[in-house]
Amino acid sequence: MSWFSSYVRSSIGAKQVMAATGLAMVLFAIVHMLGHLGMFSGQDAYNAYAHFLQTLGGPKWIARGGLLAVFVVHVASAMRLVARNRAARPVAYAVYKPVRSTLMSRTMAMTGLVLLAFIIYHLLHFTLGMVQPEFFHKLDQAGRYDAYSMFVRGFQNVGIFASYLVAILLLSLHLGHGASSWLQSLGLRHPKYSPKLDKLGPAISLILFLGYMAPPTAVLLGLIKLPGA
Amino acid sequence: MSTMNLTVHVWRQKDARSPGKMVPYKVSGVSEHASFLEMLDVLNEQLIDKGEEPIAFDHDCREGICGMCSLMIDGRPHGGQAGTTTCQLHMRKFKNGDEIYVEPWRAAAFPVLRDLCVDRTAFEKVQQAGGFVTANVGSAPDANSVPIAKEAADRAFEAAACIGCGACVAACPNGSAMLYVAAKLTHLHMLPQGQPERLHRAQAMVNAMDAAGFGNCSNHYECEAACPKDISRDTIALMNRDFTKGTFAHRPRDTKGDGAG
Repeated sequence: MSWFSSYVRSSIGAKQVMAATGLAMVLFAIVHMLGHLGMFSGQDAYNAYAHFLQTLGGPKWIARGGLLAVFVVHVASAMRLVARNRAARPVAYAVYKPVRSTLMSRTMAMTGLVLLAFIIYHLLHFTLGMVQPEFFHKLDQAGRYDAYSMFVRGFQNVGIFASYLVAILLLSLHLGHGASSWLQSLGLRHPKYSPKLDKLGPAISLILFLGYMAPPTAVLLGLIKLPGA
Repeated sequence: MSTMNLTVHVWRQKDARSPGKMVPYKVSGVSEHASFLEMLDVLNEQLIDKGEEPIAFDHDCREGICGMCSLMIDGRPHGGQAGTTTCQLHMRKFKNGDEIYVEPWRAAAFPVLRDLCVDRTAFEKVQQAGGFVTANVGSAPDANSVPIAKEAADRAFEAAACIGCGACVAACPNGSAMLYVAAKLTHLHMLPQGQPERLHRAQAMVNAMDAAGFGNCSNHYECEAACPKDISRDTIALMNRDFTKGTFAHRPRDTKGDGAG
């Protein structure tokens, strides 16, 4: 076994794989959120942004491939860790009272699994257009793919809005632990910075929750409308 | 002196191969000044008087420094009082009529031997893998001949306070031993004497920990809350750094050659 494969199989190595892949996805989530805040700039700006991303060509596929790899490694590694952790405590306590761990940290596997299902649904919805095919692949006046209208039509549906609300809530719970836990896993801890950095996870979670839910909520409230409506 | 009557639910298990179960016992006339272990002594006397098998539990110094006493009490290792071992936990913390649940540490790496006694040999195996420094034989060097910063000595001492009781493993939802291993590593890595073998030691002890069947850390920090010696999770961060450095930068020992020895 090479030194690298024994590293990723080790307890600390596996944690660091979770930390690094998790961090990469947090960074993606932040960029993704900032992109969607473009809904507030109107149809032209948002469709221009979507058009820019879709015509990237090679870099787009490299980014997609990288994200997929990071995602698969994160999920597979999590499943292996959960199995090992369950095996490490074969008999449960009759009484067990956690005091320091949080609801967020104890539900990582559950929130993670639901997010896995959500991300598949989300790709079927907005990337492959299989959830609402009637709104998919329409063009705007400039002949670009009309992502803006598809977004608005999607979130005018209360059911779809509710499913995204639940998913983003779970994402926030997942990152409330994960987005500061990676620091400890990588050994980045120091009394000068850690008291502040421990708040990074909850802070990122809150920002992502507000940022992700703002455009759909504005659609539902009628603040963001279809062009000409 | 006020005494109390309690119901104690205790895990009874004949031996490592037999199944166990929680059994409720009434114990009467417990002094509030008794330690938790003394309460179990009283219960055992009452069991012996009735011709029943007394409860097996680990204990030795009863001064909070040997690391033998264990016991998951009401869902917390050592009863959950901050910085306290089971032997230093007093019955005045309980009320007359309380129902108390007493279980052994639960971990695959700590198999139950009998009742409340578990086998903590796994800790010794980790220790044997690297929890030592190599020193020259001969006369002892002069005290304080190697300068050590006060802050470093303090951190080494805080980590060295680990008594190896296993409360961190018991408290961890994943049955992970990271706080124990990190305390042993930090103890040596804060001192000059620990430096020569530092990266090798971090690798060896973490590998031994993994081989023993402990779980992984999910950064819940239950270990830190349960530690009767208040050892900080900062030690785990240091272990993670050393392990990483060892993985990516350490040149492994040449085990093929005979060396110069």
